[in-house]
Amino acid sequence: MTLEERRAWIRLIVSVAAYGGYAFVVLSRAGDRPLAEVPYGAALLWSVGGAILATIALEVVVAAARPASLVKDERDREIGRLGDHVGQAFVVIGAVAAMLMAIAGWDRFWIANVIYVCFALSSVLGNVAKVIVYRRSLPQW
Amino acid sequence: MVKPTRVTNRIRALRFAHDEMTQAELADRISVTRQTVIAIEQGRYSPSLEMAFQIAHVFKVPLDEVFQYPGSQEETQ
Repeated sequence: MTLEERRAWIRLIVSVAAYGGYAFVVLSRAGDRPLAEVPYGAALLWSVGGAILATIALEVVVAAARPASLVKDERDREIGRLGDHVGQAFVVIGAVAAMLMAIAGWDRFWIANVIYVCFALSSVLGNVAKVIVYRRSLPQW
Repeated sequence: MVKPTRVTNRIRALRFAHDEMTQAELADRISVTRQTVIAIEQGRYSPSLEMAFQIAHVFKVPLDEVFQYPGSQEETQ
């Protein structure tokens, strides 16, 4: 497994865990009240910050435990671009959705959460695309 | 539309003809990962023209002795 493939796996796992943890905390706080009234700000910031720190820590730990070639070649770069391209679509969808929700006067809870869910989808699907292509082949159009 | 590559190669045969060169040695010579050499050998990745020339240079053969494309033999005759 190349260094870049390992990174894709780590980011995929961390993204799923971070968003899953956040969703669990918010839903467990909800109880009988409407979701928009649940305090979410701290959990969201901890989730995003924790994901960044966990990604860095796991990359360092895995690199130390199982050293791999540090070479990043043209195949890695092409796969990276493809994954970023897949993920980018969800960032745009999140931004447009948040803009429209703000114009329509939606609650801040929903605006923040639509942005975060799209960030999470961007990371998960972008890294899933990378892992699949590493295991199979780069598509030729 | 995703299409499988039609480019085939003789890298595996050429490696064995060159003192049983390992995939890792070839990867080092052209500055790529061993996984990229494996992907090229298995036809899962079509290298750039530059990488293709680098591979041909390692084996000291013309490009078309390493990579083949269906129909290219008849067209050049």
